[in-house]
Amino acid sequence: MAEIVTMPKLGFDMAEGTLVRWVRAEHDPVDKGQVIAEIETDKATVEVESTFSGVMARHLVEEGTSVPVNAPIAVIVEEGEKLSDAVLAELVGKEDKAKKKPDADTTKTKSKAEKQSKAVEIIEHEEENAEMMPAGGVRSSPLARRMAEDQEIDLSEVEGSGPQGRIVKKDVEAFLKSMKGEGSNEEADVVKKTMVPFTNFAVVNVPEDDVVEMSRLRQAIGRRMQDSNQNFPHFYITRVYDSGPMMDLRKKINQLLPDEEKLSVNDFLIKGVALALRQFPNLNASIEDEKHIRRHGQVNVGVAVAVEGGLLTIVCTNADQKPLRLIAREVREMVGRAREGKVRNEDIQGSTFSISNLGMFGVDEFSAIINPPEAGILAVSAVQNVPVVEDEALKIGSRMKATLSADHRVTDGAESAEFMRALADYIEAPLRLLL
Amino acid sequence: MSRITMREAVSKALWEEMERDERVFIQGEEVGVWGGTYAVTKGFYDHFGERRVRDTPIAETAIVGSAIGAALTGLRPVAELMTINFAFVAMDHIINEAAKLHYMFGGQFKLPLVIRAVSGGGRQLAATHSQTPDAIFAHFPGLKVVSPGTPADAKGLLKSAIRSDDPVLFIENATLYQVRGEVPDDKDYLEPLGKSKVQREGDDVTIVAYSKMVQPALQAADLLAEDGIEAEVIDLRSLRPLDMEPIIASFKRTNRAVIAEEGWRSYGVGSEVSARIYEMAFDYVDAPVKRVAQAEVPLPYNSKLEQLALPQMEDIYRAAKEVVYG
Amino acid sequence: MDKQEALKLYREMVEIRILEERAAELYQQGKIGGFLHLYIGQEAVCAGVCSVRQAHDRIITAYRDHGWAISSGIDPKVVMAELLGKVDGCSNGKGGSMHMADTEKNFWGGHAIVGAHIPIAAGLALGDVYKGENEAITICMFGDGATNIGFFHEGLNLSKVWNLPVLWICENNQYGMGTSVKRASAVSEIRQKAEGYGMPNERIEGMDIMNVRQHVSRVMEKIRKEGGPYLLEIMTYRYRGHSMGDPERYRAKEEVKKWEEEDPIGMFRLYLLKEEIATEEELDALDDEAEQIIQEAVEFAESSPEPGKEALFEHIYVDPTPVEYRGYALEHESEEI
Repeated sequence: MAEIVTMPKLGFDMAEGTLVRWVRAEHDPVDKGQVIAEIETDKATVEVESTFSGVMARHLVEEGTSVPVNAPIAVIVEEGEKLSDAVLAELVGKEDKAKKKPDADTTKTKSKAEKQSKAVEIIEHEEENAEMMPAGGVRSSPLARRMAEDQEIDLSEVEGSGPQGRIVKKDVEAFLKSMKGEGSNEEADVVKKTMVPFTNFAVVNVPEDDVVEMSRLRQAIGRRMQDSNQNFPHFYITRVYDSGPMMDLRKKINQLLPDEEKLSVNDFLIKGVALALRQFPNLNASIEDEKHIRRHGQVNVGVAVAVEGGLLTIVCTNADQKPLRLIAREVREMVGRAREGKVRNEDIQGSTFSISNLGMFGVDEFSAIINPPEAGILAVSAVQNVPVVEDEALKIGSRMKATLSADHRVTDGAESAEFMRALADYIEAPLRLLL
Repeated sequence: MSRITMREAVSKALWEEMERDERVFIQGEEVGVWGGTYAVTKGFYDHFGERRVRDTPIAETAIVGSAIGAALTGLRPVAELMTINFAFVAMDHIINEAAKLHYMFGGQFKLPLVIRAVSGGGRQLAATHSQTPDAIFAHFPGLKVVSPGTPADAKGLLKSAIRSDDPVLFIENATLYQVRGEVPDDKDYLEPLGKSKVQREGDDVTIVAYSKMVQPALQAADLLAEDGIEAEVIDLRSLRPLDMEPIIASFKRTNRAVIAEEGWRSYGVGSEVSARIYEMAFDYVDAPVKRVAQAEVPLPYNSKLEQLALPQMEDIYRAAKEVVYG
Repeated sequence: MDKQEALKLYREMVEIRILEERAAELYQQGKIGGFLHLYIGQEAVCAGVCSVRQAHDRIITAYRDHGWAISSGIDPKVVMAELLGKVDGCSNGKGGSMHMADTEKNFWGGHAIVGAHIPIAAGLALGDVYKGENEAITICMFGDGATNIGFFHEGLNLSKVWNLPVLWICENNQYGMGTSVKRASAVSEIRQKAEGYGMPNERIEGMDIMNVRQHVSRVMEKIRKEGGPYLLEIMTYRYRGHSMGDPERYRAKEEVKKWEEEDPIGMFRLYLLKEEIATEEELDALDDEAEQIIQEAVEFAESSPEPGKEALFEHIYVDPTPVEYRGYALEHESEEI
């Protein structure tokens, strides 16, 4: 019977040993207890004795080589026995298999362990988020919340991919990307789409038509908008504004304000528009009769607010006189009331010019219908980072488009265009709003 | 530069510091004639003699206590605890005396001593010989606690610890002794106490580790790289003082972290690092900080159970995948 | 003993007595906090031992250390300031009653954990041996109670195995806190414990300062000549409780009274008068001087400033190291609640 000699474990933390010197050469006879090799560990050089008697058939490891503990290092055969390569290969292989055997034995002990583990209670420390939604109704990481605020995104519009629908950084990033219309740049995706084979499928489960009664508000809006759009001569002027300075100033101011008082882009626009209107009284006017225009003394800026079932225009009176902070507070309160259905009369009356802002929906450009009896309405779109040309070089700039819808009975293109330019003075140098 | 094992690095550091400063001496169980149970002080006794390489009785309070007394007289002893598990016997001297004498006597007493101890499990030595109680010692102001994860750091930090005028608990890991690494030959090669080190750069996830867990963290980082996730691996090296600067700088970029330690999760090193991350970088948090640590059990003798309980490279990998939501 | 030295010693013992009595009063007034362990009745031991030690001999003791502080040479003003927690205290007000020390006077404290200083004492002696300072002895005091704790065993054993020049002095005042020696120790004659280490040992009476001086100097001579540790058990008695607030239920009033009749100061006074080394007037004058010194010490301590807030963070480490947490109050100092 051939026997394998393995690298012995000579210390409790020995992982490998070096075969320094073979004491019994190949074909030498070996007695049990006789030294066959010298092995060096990290700590000392040790003599290794044979546990078998016979003949040293083969050295499997050369002098000076390091092998791990339990690796085969030699083969000892009985006297007269021949060692073939095939047998050798099998023996070395058997040794490996033999080492794997112990696994089989563990199955016996498993059942005992299973019984035991049932008795021991294990406390799970996995994330246990409460059933209740956090305040604000949205689950998001602190980073995502901060990003959303900086970008003026409503988190309730973002889909969360984290556990329990948590909105995380990449969700906000994805949302921003989709807002800008930058689809996936990966060509692979495009290719994949075009590669999908056309399948025949049956149309199933198409719902019936649904007839819904219009709310009173919807009906009122419908009547007024139809009247305005059909009867009043609208014309439209679009201008692109450098929104960088305004966003910077807003950020700086907001660092000094508590959360519930932070300024929004709209607040800046309300004030800017109000101050510009002071220079262009025709746009702050209403048709009195066929021959007269009433230029209003007050500048009351209306803001369109989406509510259930339609939209309301809440009014910030004397917006040209009020400081930004007050505008922000008043608008916030009125919007709150409007959303809860508790709007007061004075909230929605007296508007002399309106602003409609669809920027938070990522809208690039749109035109609105004038609210009669006003003479104009400013449609504001999203603040975006876009390539711009500055000093004959391509740079990244912050830009916002706004489209003025004006009533041609009251004003002309030139005047309106000048108004839009004057508005730039307030938007692009927003410190003016603080004077 | 030489490519040597951590054992050799520690040994060299001790040897060079003893040659450099007459006041440095070693005392502990079996450090002299035996050459050290981990062979760290092999050859020291014959070269430096019994005055400077002192075999002690098995009496840890005497080992640490008399080292304290000797330090008070101006010497710079390096006391060895065969394993950190035996430190509990000398708890009073480590925590009540070494950490506090300088303070309590208004700065009159100086304790420039180093206590070397071996921490960690994984060698089937069973529960009482396999612990990683590093966090306990890091709790006490007045003591410095240092634990290297690479051979270079072992040499540089041990030299700094010996040259420091403060009491330093220097925690080595037995399974790291045979790890090889590049180590500068310079006899004055020093690494600063109280400074973390970025061992690998990355922008996608921050992995904080120390001692035994540094290598698995780096291996996990390689695995993550195959998934397109670049991990930044930061080696604490020092538990007290704890240097959070590189960790916070990293976290502000990656927004997510995994902390790996060999000890238990409850009240461990990860608890402290995690709490500080939330304190200092709350608005940058995109995922809860994950701690990879040992199962909360006394470590068993059976090798498979033991490995099951100990934190592995795959655990770090999985935790990192979780925090990147990938 | 020459007259100067005798008078100095007498005054020293009276200073200690009066300092302790004043400390007790201040404690009851709330000016000294924490624990206060009074040395009253044991003065002959510290005064006797320190009067025969050489400057390079190190003194280290447990928490009943005010007497040792004075006898080592620390100014009573500085001791009193430390008791009141003031900046001018020997430990800058950071240690208090149990942590008096002055390394320049070779007085190494003042230690609070029972017996923990014993292995440290072995280390002090080790330091001297290592540096070849063969004449220096480390004199380590501990109480009867401390001889039962593990530190005692490890420290004494090490001192014998390494042949360290330590004079181990057990101030046996017969009670470890509230437990008599008989109830706490397997062997009531403490000196016998040294037999287990093959260490020379003896027991002497400690209420008579001349007796203390004679035997201690003999033993120290022996250590300097022959090397190695020695255990000296000195029988003494504390007239007050273990510390302030001790109701002393564990011993009879008669027992205390009996020992008070052998007041060490009284005994020394009688000796000086009998040997005609001093007159009643001279001794009375010394009593007054001592009274005066302690009065000045109290005044000094009371007018010494409290340590500033920065002192909280001083002396944590020797190497400049930033403080990890300063605590909520200091971090929000400038804010009002």
